[in-house]
This record gives sequence, C-alpha cells and structure tokens, in this order.
Amino acid sequence: MSAPAPVASVRGVSLALGGRRVLHDVDLDVHAGEVLALVGPNGTGKSTLLAVVAGDLSPDSGTVSVLGRPVREWRLQALARERAVLPQEQQISFPFPVREVVSMGRAPWRGRPEEDLDDLEVAAAMQTTAVDHLADRSFGSLSGGEKARASFARVLAQQTGILLLDEPTAALDIGHQETVLGTARQQARAGAAVLVVLHDLTLAGAHADRLVLLEEGNVAASGTPTEVLDAALLTRVYRHRVEVVAHPRTGDPIVLAERGTAADADDVDDVARADRPREDTC
Amino acid sequence: MTGLFALLGGALAAALLVSAGSGQLPVPAQEVAGSLLHRLGLDWLPLPSHPRGDATLWSVRFPRVAMAALVGAALAVAGALMQGVFGNPLAEPSIVGVSSGAAVGAAGVIVFGLTFAGGWTVAVAAFAGGLLTTLLVYALARSGGRTEVVTLVLTGIAVNAVAGALLALLMFLGDTQAREQIVFWQLGSLNGSRWPYVAVVAPLVVAGVVLALLSARSLDLLALGERPARHLGVHVERLRVGLIVVVALLTAAAVCFCGIVAFVGLVVPHLVRMVTGPGHRLVLPACLLAGSLVLVVADLAARTLVAYADLPLGMLTSLVGGPFFFWLLWRTRRTSGGWA
Repeated sequence: MSAPAPVASVRGVSLALGGRRVLHDVDLDVHAGEVLALVGPNGTGKSTLLAVVAGDLSPDSGTVSVLGRPVREWRLQALARERAVLPQEQQISFPFPVREVVSMGRAPWRGRPEEDLDDLEVAAAMQTTAVDHLADRSFGSLSGGEKARASFARVLAQQTGILLLDEPTAALDIGHQETVLGTARQQARAGAAVLVVLHDLTLAGAHADRLVLLEEGNVAASGTPTEVLDAALLTRVYRHRVEVVAHPRTGDPIVLAERGTAADADDVDDVARADRPREDTC
Repeated sequence: MTGLFALLGGALAAALLVSAGSGQLPVPAQEVAGSLLHRLGLDWLPLPSHPRGDATLWSVRFPRVAMAALVGAALAVAGALMQGVFGNPLAEPSIVGVSSGAAVGAAGVIVFGLTFAGGWTVAVAAFAGGLLTTLLVYALARSGGRTEVVTLVLTGIAVNAVAGALLALLMFLGDTQAREQIVFWQLGSLNGSRWPYVAVVAPLVVAGVVLALLSARSLDLLALGERPARHLGVHVERLRVGLIVVVALLTAAAVCFCGIVAFVGLVVPHLVRMVTGPGHRLVLPACLLAGSLVLVVADLAARTLVAYADLPLGMLTSLVGGPFFFWLLWRTRRTSGGWA
C-alpha cells in the first residue's frame, strides 16, 4: 500500500498523564487504504495514542493533524464526518434500543444531503456487524460482545474515511473477531484509513497491513507484520519469552507465549486453538 | 406517540378548566371556558353565572393555574435536562444547589427585612440565590476546562451543606414572624399568584424550554458518554455549561415565587420515560405537558382537599411523590433488573 499524504499524522508527540510519561516523542502516519495496528504490552500508551489522534487528549508537545489540518482546529461536527472512533468500553446511561444507538452514528450528517441515507446506512451497518436481530433490544441489556458489535455498527454508520478502533475484538468470540477485522479491512480496501489497537498479535498479523509496536510510550518497531512480529523483538518488549511460528498452510505468523516444555509449538492442535496470546500467564 | 401528546394535552386542558373553576366560588368548567372564549372575542359557551365569577377567574384563578402549569413544566423539564446532562436518572436540579441557594436568598431578605425590590424582593433574592449557587458549584467543580460529573455532584453536596447551615443560621437570627415566613416559603405554595408574577416567570420558562428542546439530540448523544458524544460532533463542555445554566434558570424561575416544590423534577421525567422511551426529543416535550398536568392537579388538591385551607404544595408533592417514586423503583427493579 503506497498512498501519497497520510490522512492522519502524529509528529513528535509526548504526553504525560498524572505525572507519568505515557507517550515519548512518537511519530505515526496513517494512510488511506491501509489497516494500521497499534500493538504493545499493557500500559504502553496504545489507547492514549489513539485518543491523541482522535483529538480527545492534547499532547504536551508535538503535533497531530487530520487531513493536513491540526486536529484541534477542526470543528467537531466537520471532524465527525471524517473520522469515527470506537471506544474500548461501551456504556450508555439510558436504555436506548440498539437501532437508536446505531442511528446516533448518523448525527454528524444531520442537515446535509447525506442525511437521506440514514436508514440505509444504519440497516447496512447493523447487517454487517450481525446485530440486526438485536435492533429492538435495550443496548444496556446486551452482552459485552454484542455491545462491541453494536458500537462498531454505530461507527460504520458514521461513514467516515478514518476509523479509529480501540480494541474492537477484546470481547468477541473468534468468529466475530474475524468478521469485525474483516470488515475493517474491507473499509480500508474501499479507501478508508483504519487505525486499530489490538492485543492479539496473531490477529494483528493476519489483518493489518502495517504494525506499530509500542514499548513504554516509544515506538519500538514499525513495519509489515513479518517485520514486526519477530520473536526476539517481542520477547524483549513483552518481557516474556515469545515464539513466532509460521502457519503450516498459509505461512502467516502465529505468535505464542512460550510455555516451558509442556507446550510444543509443533503440536498442530495447540496452534489451531491458540487464537489469542497468553502473555499474562506464566 | 401522537396519542400520548393528545392525551396529555387533553388532560392538561381539562385540569386547567376544572382547577380554575374550583374553590370557594365554584364555576362550572363550561363557564370557565366561556369566560376565556369571550375574552378572545368568541361568543361561545355561557359566561359565569355568578356576578363575581368572571372577575374571580381573571384576577385570582387564571393567574394561579397558569403559574401552576408554568412551574410544573419548568421543574419537569429541568429535571429531565439534569438527568440527561449527568447521564444519571437520579439527578435532580437540587443537586447543583438551585433550591438551597434560592432558599438562602429568600431567607436572607426575609430575616433582614430587605425591600430593595418592593413586593418582589423575596422572588428576586431567591432567583439570584439559586442562580449564584449553581454557578458557584459549577465554578468550584471545574478544573482545567473540564468538569467531571462525580466532582460536580460532590461539590454540590458540599455547597448544599453550607447553604443548609446558612439557612439554619438565618432562621436562628430571625424573629418568630420571619421564621414562620421562611418555613412557609420552603413549603411551597401558589397562593397569591398574580399576573405580573406570571409575566416574569413565563418568558424565563419559555426561553428555558426552547433551549432545552434545541439540545434534545445532543443530549441523546451524551448518553453514550463524553468522548463518544464528542466524536459525533457534540461540544460536550459547552453543552453541559449551557444546560446547567438553563436548569438553574428554569428552577429558579419556578421556585422564586412559589417556594420549594419537591419531587416533580425527579418523578415526572421517570414516568414519562417509561412511556416514551429515553429519546429526549420525546421526553422533553412530554415532560413539559406532564409536569404542567401534575402541578395543576396538585395545586387543585392543595386548595380543595381541606375546606378553607391552602395546603403547602411542596408538602403535597413530596407526600405523594415519595411513595410513588419508590413504587417506580420497585417496579423497574422487578421488570428489568434496574435502570440500565
């Protein structure tokens, strides 16, 4: 994927939260047509970086621009027609039904010609994320995974060229993980820029065009999945022995935590089941 | 939903006619309507048959029921706004100190015998007290251009406590007559409502309600949380400050002439939401009608339940509102396991 100018770019951004340096002179470019995954251990500033790109947090130094304009200079309504954000946690303070929650994604288009497409976009987004059967259920009564999908539908309904997704797959089963990231990839193929925070390195390797690996607020590596998913690099950054094996059929990198002698990486059954890394288990 | 609005509108019209006709000098509803229509230049329906009927209606009853409708609408809309702004069904205008501030303002001028605005002094002081306290709570809760809801609520508790202490101090300083006046002001009453008062309250309520209705869509988005609302183009901070001022205006306008009328702002929006669902584009206008209806009926009850006595309106709304709210809670708990 080579694109001319990045649609979102971060230059030399540093940010401290509560006295702790969370981001450290970070550069990041997101291009139209690509899925860029932010990966890294817990607390390395992935979500913070996403929030900086979204304009939620102002960096202490450095610049953030969207479509060439500093993100703080955008009118919120105009910015909302260019980029959508899927938050990590889904909550709602009143029992809105799912359809209305998804329709809220159309709010930025109010009073514009695109408003006529509201019903179509909402229906399409709900179909894509397989929440159409939940349309009349109260959002608050959904399971974590259903909430995540309904919120993803809201983000899709917003019809923006930039998608910022903060751990969209955290609460999803393996099937819906594939659907959501597959949809993100389709959006990218159709010209959108997708920045996604992921924990699951194998999933990131399979769906992202580029990976940016963060380590304590610094960019430790950036490049294609095969470049970034390197066993030695990951072992250093995650402070846990990590193995990377090639899928026997597709050759895609599969990232596994090394589990002493009990785990044999050549056990095909084990590999097939290991769809999420278990870097937390020792 | 049009059915709901027709029902509420019809019930409100009927309640207004019955309430205006009830009292020591009863006027049948059709004569009340006749009196209204004749003023509008329409010769339909009979005029009041009693020689003083027409005069009583226009000088005492109409301003009183109009005030009841305005105050009810203001309190219910303010309650719904507050709950929307805080994303919390327990929010009530009193948490940002409108009511306690208004009470301190009213008590202050009563105790010190101030009359800088003639007969309007208590109302002016109550209004100013309510508004100033709200702004104080907001300013104290704000830090770095942001306001966290929990901080705001806790600040409200602190400021309410100080206001309560000031009120106690004022009651201690005042003489028996002042104390009595403060107590009755706090009990709330629409007794003595006059057209000039209505003329002051009406524009404030209309302005507040219009601003509230304009922000209905943004309030819906705010239910998603601060950041998601921002991502959808809502200036959360601006919306919140604006609406808190609107709430303070509405509530201060409601209490300045009538004293504290509790529970309308909490119960009415809940009841309305059970029928309309949570979307503010329906909740707010329905609260407007339902709040008016509740207060017109409550005021009717206040002055007719006991002959020759004008019961305190705030007492009545709390007496009925409290158990009713509990029933709502209990019912919601049973049917859906909570407010979520």
